[in-house]
Amino acid sequence: MSILIDKNTRVITQGITGATGLFHAQGAREYGTRMVGGVTPGKGGTYIDGFPVFDTVKEAVEKTGATASVIYVPPPFAADSIMEAVDAGIDLVCCITEGIPVLDMVKVKHFMIGKKTRLVGPNCPGVITPGQCKIGIMPGYIHKPGKVGVVSRSGTLTYEAVWQLTCMGLGQSTCVGIGGDPVNGTNHLDVLRLFEEDPDTEAVIMIGEIGGTSEEEAARFVKENMTKPVAAYIAGVTAPPGKRMGHAGAIISGGKGTATEKVAVMKECGISVAASPAEMAQALMKVYKP
Amino acid sequence: MNIHEYQAKAILRKFGVPVPDGHVCYNSAGAREWAKRLGDGPWVVKAQIHAGGRGKGGGVKLAHTPDEVRNISREMLGMILRTHQTGAAGKLVTRVLVEKGCTIANELYVSLLVDRATSKVAVMASTEGGMDIEEVAATTPEKIFVETVDPLVGLTAFQCRNIAFSLGLTGKLVGKAVAVLEGLYKTFMACDCSMLEINPLVVTAENDLLALDAKFGFDDNAIFRHPKIADMRDYDEEDPKEIEASQFELSYISLSGNIGCLVNGAGLAMATMDIIKHYGGDPANFLDVGGGATIERVTEAFKIILSDKNVRGILVNIFGGIMKCDIIATGVVTAARQVSLGVPLVVRLEGTNVDRGKEILAESGLNIVAADGMADAAQKIVQAVKGANQ
Repeated sequence: MSILIDKNTRVITQGITGATGLFHAQGAREYGTRMVGGVTPGKGGTYIDGFPVFDTVKEAVEKTGATASVIYVPPPFAADSIMEAVDAGIDLVCCITEGIPVLDMVKVKHFMIGKKTRLVGPNCPGVITPGQCKIGIMPGYIHKPGKVGVVSRSGTLTYEAVWQLTCMGLGQSTCVGIGGDPVNGTNHLDVLRLFEEDPDTEAVIMIGEIGGTSEEEAARFVKENMTKPVAAYIAGVTAPPGKRMGHAGAIISGGKGTATEKVAVMKECGISVAASPAEMAQALMKVYKP
Repeated sequence: MNIHEYQAKAILRKFGVPVPDGHVCYNSAGAREWAKRLGDGPWVVKAQIHAGGRGKGGGVKLAHTPDEVRNISREMLGMILRTHQTGAAGKLVTRVLVEKGCTIANELYVSLLVDRATSKVAVMASTEGGMDIEEVAATTPEKIFVETVDPLVGLTAFQCRNIAFSLGLTGKLVGKAVAVLEGLYKTFMACDCSMLEINPLVVTAENDLLALDAKFGFDDNAIFRHPKIADMRDYDEEDPKEIEASQFELSYISLSGNIGCLVNGAGLAMATMDIIKHYGGDPANFLDVGGGATIERVTEAFKIILSDKNVRGILVNIFGGIMKCDIIATGVVTAARQVSLGVPLVVRLEGTNVDRGKEILAESGLNIVAADGMADAAQKIVQAVKGANQ
């Protein structure tokens, strides 16, 4: 099994007529994902490379039976697209868009209270259940079906971890990129909880970075609630305070959110922390016997 | 993005938050003139640079006559101001704020920020105005009061009163504090702030509230809808390499080491800096070329890295996903030729078309060291730079 998505998940692309949206919709379809259509307001009723296009998410859901959506809409309009998907009753929304104003995301989070939708992202690579379903921009071929769950705030650093696992012959159950923004839909803890409940996930690699306290909360959850082995890596030991390191959320402010602090909490909570990013899979092997 | 204090106060004034009367001046004669126009003294002359801690560095001074305002301004304009936030290099003062002084009865602290834990705006206040708030939070957290704002309702009057009473305010000051807090919240929302700090917010001898200093942090993602704020950006306050990088959509941050890094992805870029340090080296920069790294962008990235005179070697670390390694390799070779590279270059490629990418590097005839994996790459560049220094 897996978490969030599997081979039966039907996916629509919001912003499908844009170059990025179409490119990744095609890539996901080639991977075997059931990409059932897309949404671009004003272009409903047309087709693009075989994908039916709808004016609204509601209509797309009615006509295609989609339960998941992926968003490639430009930043000024992306928050509205998330809310449209939530309103249409989509189970899972992956927002890939980078650069959404944080106060827009504050509104989105408020709008989502009491709704059933799970949001992953924004500013993330997406979610993949290897061999079954790929929603997002990650390269499919580096993954291998298996039993290790991966959750991360960073895109390419996730690929690095996945590649290390695959090279050691360890496959992945599901890989979730939660994104690098300060206000996002799903955090480390949410994903750990799903992995803990998933019978086919045996171990987890959690990748974090400077800024916020999401990693610390997840670490405490591991200590108190998780039966499965967890390894981790935190990026940004050398990052100077007060500087935004690429991601909007990757900033040490007010002395909070340093990598050193996060690593210390994780070790206290019994997590195997990799000393360098080249050793993420090895760190897992210290606590996990496949 | 940050702005100067005088710009911050102009914004606050627009939203009805009381600030001292004052004016920005670019020369000492103008400063004297403005002092007279502002009315009776004393006046405060404040150097306008983006860093905090100006008072201790001699960047904030009291003047009792217009002539004194002129003399102090003359000293400050053109001086290099060093504070704990500017580093040893300091910042050149090109403008001063001349302000009417006031008699301070009490100093308070107020700030607004987006709280990541609740995904809501939070208002923080403290009785310990004028202090370093991080220190207050660490030593006396009971002196910090927080109200979390409901996004639908906004900051309510009762929440403002809660803060006012927590700060020990009484009588007419309570109502004045409510007005100030409502004004600050309006400012925060209207300007897409990520942070807004008033330290100190003072109670004057006349029992009024005044924002004596103001610090804004704007959400870079939202600047596109605030062209007037974008115009306030002072390029002189920023690292020229960082400005240049931003024009090519490269995310670059200058650091103090000697190994330049060129990486795709913010997380991997941070991890690359960390692994250099792990193997005993010192990174010169953070640089994320982004997902769509073209030959042009890779070339620009090389130029920016090499414009840092401390750089003694470069590590390229690319995990090509959508981006194919052969394209990246071509970019690296083209760039290395264009900038006539004189320092060791270690390249680690992984991902789509990696074999073709490595062939392109090998066939180039350039002195490029290929690496397998991040650990190998970091060790090789650290070794090469140490070897060159001996």
